[in-house]
Order: sequence, then structure tokens, then C-alpha cells
Amino acid sequence: MSAQVDRTDASAGLPAHPERATMEGRNKVLGFWLLLGAETVMFACFFGTYLALRGSSMDGPTTQELYQIPMVALSTVILLTSSLTSVIGVHGMHQNNYKKMMFWFGVTVLLGLSFLGLEIYEFVEYVHEGHTFTGSAFGSAFYTLLGTHGAHVLFGVTWITTLMIQARKRGLNLDMAPKFYLASLYWHFVDVVWVFIFTVVYLMGKVS
Amino acid sequence: MATIVVLIVFALFLGAILTGGYNKQMLARFRSHWLWDWITTVDHKKIGILYLIGGTIFFVIGGIEALLMRTQLFYPNNDFMVGRTFNELLSMHGTTMIFFVAMPLLFALMNAVIPLQIGARDVAFPFLNALGFWLFLCGGLLMNLSWIFGNAPDSGWTNYVPIALNEYSAGTGIDYYVLGLQISGIGTLIGGLNFIVTIINMRTPGMSFLRMPLFTWTSFVSSALILFGFPPLTAGLFLVMFDRLFGANFFDVAAGGNPVIWQHLFWIFGHPEVYIVILPAFGIMSEVISTFAKKRLFGYTSMVFATLLIGFLGFMVWVHHMFTVGMGPVANSIFAIATMAIAVPTGIKVFNWLFTLWGGKIRFTTAMLYAVGFIPTFVLGGVTGVMLASPPGDYQYHDSYFVVAHFHYVLIGGTVFGILAGVYYWWPKMFGYLLNEKLGKLNFWLFFIGFHMTFFIQHFLGLFGMPRRVFTYQPEDQVELINQISTVGAFLQAVAVVVLVINVIYSYRNRVPAGNDPWDGRTLEWTITSPPPVYNFAQLPKVRALDAFWHEKMNGKKELEPAEPVGPIHMPNNTHLPFLMSLAFFVSGLGFVFRSNEVGALGLIFVFLVMFMRSFEQDHGYHIETDEIEKTEKGASV
Repeated sequence: MSAQVDRTDASAGLPAHPERATMEGRNKVLGFWLLLGAETVMFACFFGTYLALRGSSMDGPTTQELYQIPMVALSTVILLTSSLTSVIGVHGMHQNNYKKMMFWFGVTVLLGLSFLGLEIYEFVEYVHEGHTFTGSAFGSAFYTLLGTHGAHVLFGVTWITTLMIQARKRGLNLDMAPKFYLASLYWHFVDVVWVFIFTVVYLMGKVS
Repeated sequence: MATIVVLIVFALFLGAILTGGYNKQMLARFRSHWLWDWITTVDHKKIGILYLIGGTIFFVIGGIEALLMRTQLFYPNNDFMVGRTFNELLSMHGTTMIFFVAMPLLFALMNAVIPLQIGARDVAFPFLNALGFWLFLCGGLLMNLSWIFGNAPDSGWTNYVPIALNEYSAGTGIDYYVLGLQISGIGTLIGGLNFIVTIINMRTPGMSFLRMPLFTWTSFVSSALILFGFPPLTAGLFLVMFDRLFGANFFDVAAGGNPVIWQHLFWIFGHPEVYIVILPAFGIMSEVISTFAKKRLFGYTSMVFATLLIGFLGFMVWVHHMFTVGMGPVANSIFAIATMAIAVPTGIKVFNWLFTLWGGKIRFTTAMLYAVGFIPTFVLGGVTGVMLASPPGDYQYHDSYFVVAHFHYVLIGGTVFGILAGVYYWWPKMFGYLLNEKLGKLNFWLFFIGFHMTFFIQHFLGLFGMPRRVFTYQPEDQVELINQISTVGAFLQAVAVVVLVINVIYSYRNRVPAGNDPWDGRTLEWTITSPPPVYNFAQLPKVRALDAFWHEKMNGKKELEPAEPVGPIHMPNNTHLPFLMSLAFFVSGLGFVFRSNEVGALGLIFVFLVMFMRSFEQDHGYHIETDEIEKTEKGASV
């Protein structure tokens, strides 16, 4: 099977839900949902820690002084849009449309990278204002929660990129389909966590 | 200095792997070595044996730690192991026994038995199965290296902050605990996830959920507890690691931190953890009692629902470990009632076992002795558990030997008895020969008597006021005799373990082939050869009832009807990547322990590299052809 053939013709023969067409694929999808369940619990623990410690800003700036809603809102829009583009990518996969899939996953990666850029800029600003990891319990909890999420975004971007490299070599087949499907599941999860961060950390931090 | 050593080792390791710096012949010799086969195996039966070996080694280490502590407590004012050394012993004993003995030994049985019981050819994720084992081993080794490289963890297995922070526990002891558990915790999580998917997706035709053997059921629920119980530990360990290594302030009250957060996170994990290690033992007991009473398990459905209920309630009761923290009467009352409620499903189980025995044709094999000995022992542990669940009572018992006696009754009387019953019961299936019954019975009676001698008396020791985790007492405390009896009991248990080791060696030298079905079994694992061929079932069996094999036997048949024609069987390839990935985790952990963040980060980068290597690899496995299967099956029947 040469990669060239794969990319154009072989994909036309894929079933309607290629990610669940094989036993391996079904195992992967179920296993990944379970992994996301475990990740949810871990993030819940970090959220709990943050909520317990967010008042302990010591000498540093408080949540009200610190957070800039417009920029965070921009990050939120970027990440939510990237979730949409990954949906279109999976839709392309279901239509056996290799080009559509690759294009929209590519857009997802770019949006993910711009989100990371904004987050790094935000952290640099905070450090300048005296909000550091070691400065207070609030700082430790904030950077742990946000940092874990950011690390997940970084991993997602890397993961999708490497999947695209694989797909360029091998085309879209029953082996690749579950991988893209899982990556998009993961991406939605990272997005949902961010929705909670936006609400619990930023919006609630502004009002309380 | 240490950093340099680690760096050199890492560089050598990286260089050897990336440059292929050894010649072709050496590689071939390496690959044909028998050890390579075990390092790269993805076969659930072999991984089960690896878990068994790993768990046993740590059992010996943890046991020696216990004996040293009991020796120290033999006389008042003894100076054999005092102060920090004693703290290190008790911390390592607890942590080792829970994480590196109870769980891996249960995983050993789960790996060896579950795919056979549900009629599967392997687990859902053979690669992850191997990875889980190697991560457990690396985590355990990393933690035990602390004995060699300086100080061991000394803040108890609960590792309470602030005594676990740099200020009160200087040196690197706690770092071994944090990183060792973090690494082995990932392995455990992976293992649990693997079993859930295996049990949901890989059952043979006709094996509906309510036809699954009870060991599979309890392992299923226990795996679900692992899945949701371990992430809080992961999160908590991250917080301690950040506080100790990177100057965070989660638990430093002066910087606004709060030590109670660790207690919550630890016990949100820690309480499900005790059900993680007891539920599979319940399952083993159910299998053993039903087989050796020659009766269908009484109240199978109620057993399943009791298991699910225990699993659910297990997450609702963590605060009962924290009654004395001072969260107020309302919180304490709610959690006290929730805790007492768990006695109901557990009681259902105990009565079901008794009713299964009632009127049965009982054979007292060693496995059955352990099962029968388990019932009163575990009930004792359960009763003291209900006593501890009452907050006013708990204020009296808290941190005394009463608590020590309680949890050893449930963990040894429950989990260890269960594991030993399971080992005697499934040993012929795993290795193809039986363990000697005479030595087995000697092993049981020594262990049973030694156990009760050690721990029954500790209830009184606690009620007389001796606190746990202290390294000595005074003559005028009048607890000398009790402590001495307890110590003698501990050594009796050690003798029992030696008898077990002798039994394994003796039975290996005088092998009695077990045949397919040495116990007149009821479930699918007894329908195939011992040990099973690599593909387990030449044809997947068709299950028509609970206790599928027994059902066929009662209908006058010798084996199960196949659910598929004979055909080529697809098997996964062996791979060395799980080992490599775990090694990278190990190097990373060691790097962080030695406060060399560069090495720690490099190790992590290598972990991700291997992960992507795996993703890029096209591994379609191989097929065992029909004629080869027929040859194997014929050979087995001769």
C-alpha cells in the first residue's frame, strides 16, 4: 500500500464511522472516554485547591486587580473556535474527505498555538505585577491550575501535529481514523476545562 | 555528585538507544536472551507472573520492615531502631504494603485470570498492560532506593503536611515517596483503565454482565475505583512536589496555604483505595467458596449489587479519617452515617458466603481454609470499623493501636488472605502444577495463628492508650507483655511466609501436573490447558449460563460449545517501548529527587519521545495460523 494511493482512493472505502469500525478502534474510544473521566477528577482537585486558596494573595495583587476580562475573553473565543474547527475536521473524516480533514485540523493547531501565545503573554504580565508562583498560596494554586491546562493545550497541539504528519505519509485509513477522533475528543475536553476556568477563575474572581 | 552520576547514566542510555551503539551480533544475542522475552512481553499471563514476582519481592521488604519495628517494640526503652529510623520504617512499611504489595499481587491475579474468565484472548490494551507493570516496578524501586541513597520517607504512609515539607522533613526522603508513588500511580491508573475496557468490550458471546464470575465483577468495580480514586492522589502529590521542589505555598500557612487540602485530597483517594484492595479479595473468596462448597454462589445478583454499592459509598466517606481535624459536628455526623451504611452491603456479602457454605459439599483445601478463615477475621475488622465510624468513639481510638489492629484485620484478614487463597487456587492454572497441600495447610495455620496473635491483642494495646507510630514505651505503662506477644506473632507470620516459599520450591521440584481442571471448577478458565496457550482459546467459547463450565458439566458435556470456527488468531507483537518509557520515567524521577531539574525534565522529554515513537510505529501484530493452533491443541490433549 503506497501512501499516494491511500490518500486519494483507499479512503473512499471507509465505513461511516471509521473510528469504531475495528475492535481496536472501539477499545480506544471507550478507553479514552475513561481517561477523560480520570482527567476530570484531577482537574476538579486543582479547581478545589484554587477555590480554597484564591483569597490568600498575601502582598501580591488580588483577583480583582489582576484579571483583564477582555484579553481572557479573546482567549476563550479562540479556544472555542478551535473546538468548532476540530469538529469540522472530524466531519471531513466522516465524509472521507482527506483534504477537508487536514485543513481544519491544521486550523485547530494554529488556533491552539495562538491561545498558548496569549496565555504566555498573560503570565508574563502577571509576573511583572507581582503575581508569582512562589509569592503566595493564591499564586501557586493559580499557576498550577492554569499551567496544567496550558500543558494539556501544548500536548494537544503537538499530538494533532504529529497525527497530521502521519496522515500525510499514510493517508486516511482505519488505523488513523480513531487517532484523529480521539485527538478531537481530547481537544473538546481541554476546551470544556477552559470554559470552567473562564467561569470559576476569571468571572468569579472579578465579582467576589 | 549525584547529579553527575545520573547525567552520565542518562547520557549513556540515550546514546546507546539513539545511535544504536552496539553491533548487530550483540543486539541479536540480546534479543535471544530469555530475559528479553519477559521485558518485551505483552501477554497478560506473563505480565501476571511479573506482577506476582514484583509484589512478592516488595512483600519480603515490607515484611522485614515490620519485623524490625516489632523487634524494637519487644522491650520497653529498647534502642534497636529509634527516632527517625523508626519513622522511616513505619512509613516505608505502610506505603510498600499498600502500593507495592497489595495492589500488584491483586493485579497479578487479575491479569492471570480475568481474560480467561470472560473468554478473551488478551486484554484490550496489551501495550498499556506492560507499561502499567513496568511503571509500578520503577516506582517501587525508586522509592526503595531511598534506603540506599540516604534517608527514606518518614512522615507515615499518609505523608501529612506540614511534617512532610522541607522545614520538618529535611533531605530527600519525602521526594522518593512523592515521585515513586506518582510513577507507580500512573501505572496503576493505566492498569485499572485497561481492565474496565477489557471487561466491557472483550467478553465472549453469551457472557452477559450478569453471567460474569464474581472475581471479574469485583475487579471491574475496583478498576472503576482506581480510575476515579487515583487522580486525586496524583493532584495531591503534584502539590507536595511543587511545595518541596519549586517553592510553592500550598501548605505553608505563613504564605496563606492550608495543610488540610492535602488531607482531603489524600483521603478522597485513600478511602476508595482500601476498597480497591478489598473488593477483588471478596471476589476471590466468592470463587473459592463456591467451588469448594460445590454450590452456586448464594445470592449472586445481590453480591453484584452489594459490590457496586460498596464501590459507590467508598467515595462518600473519606472524612471519617479526619474526624479529629475539627470540621464540626454536622460534617462528622454525615460522614459517620455514610460510613456505617457500608456495613450493610458488606454484611450482605458475609451472609451470602455463609449461605453458600450451608449444605455444601465442602472440601478444605488450602485455598478454602484461607477463605473460611477470612470470614470471621474480616467480620472482626468490620466491627471495629463501625466502632471507629462513630466520631465520639473515634476521638478516643484515634491514632492508637486500636486503629492499627483494625486496618490490619481488614488488610491482612481480608486482602492478604484473599491473595493467598487466590494464589493457591489459581497457581495450577498459572504454572501448570499444584502447590503442595500439606505444606499449604501448615502455611495457613502458622499464618492464621501468627496473625491473630500479632493483631488481636493490639486492640487492647490501643484501648490501654498506646499511640501508634511511637518507637518505645515505659516499663510502668504495663504494655510490655502485650507487645511481646504481638512481636512473637509477627515472627510466626514470617515463618509462615518462609513455609510458603519452601512450598513453591518443593512443589516445583516435585511437579504434579494439574491438568485442565484440578478443582472441579465452575468457570471458563478451567476449560483450557494449564498453563493456557498464548492465544488462550483456540475457539472462543459460547456461554449459556452463570458458572458456564459447571452448566455444561451438569448437562453431561466435557467442554463448552465453540462460538466460532477454527481460524487464524490475531496476536499483538512484543515491544520494548513500555520498558523504555518506564525507564525514562525512572530517570526523570531520580533527577527530581536529586533536585536536578534538568535531568528530571530530560527524562520527561524522553517519555514523550517514546510516546510519539509508539504513535508513529505501525504495529499490526501477527497471526497464528490454523494448522499451528491445531498442532498446539493436539499436543495439549496428549
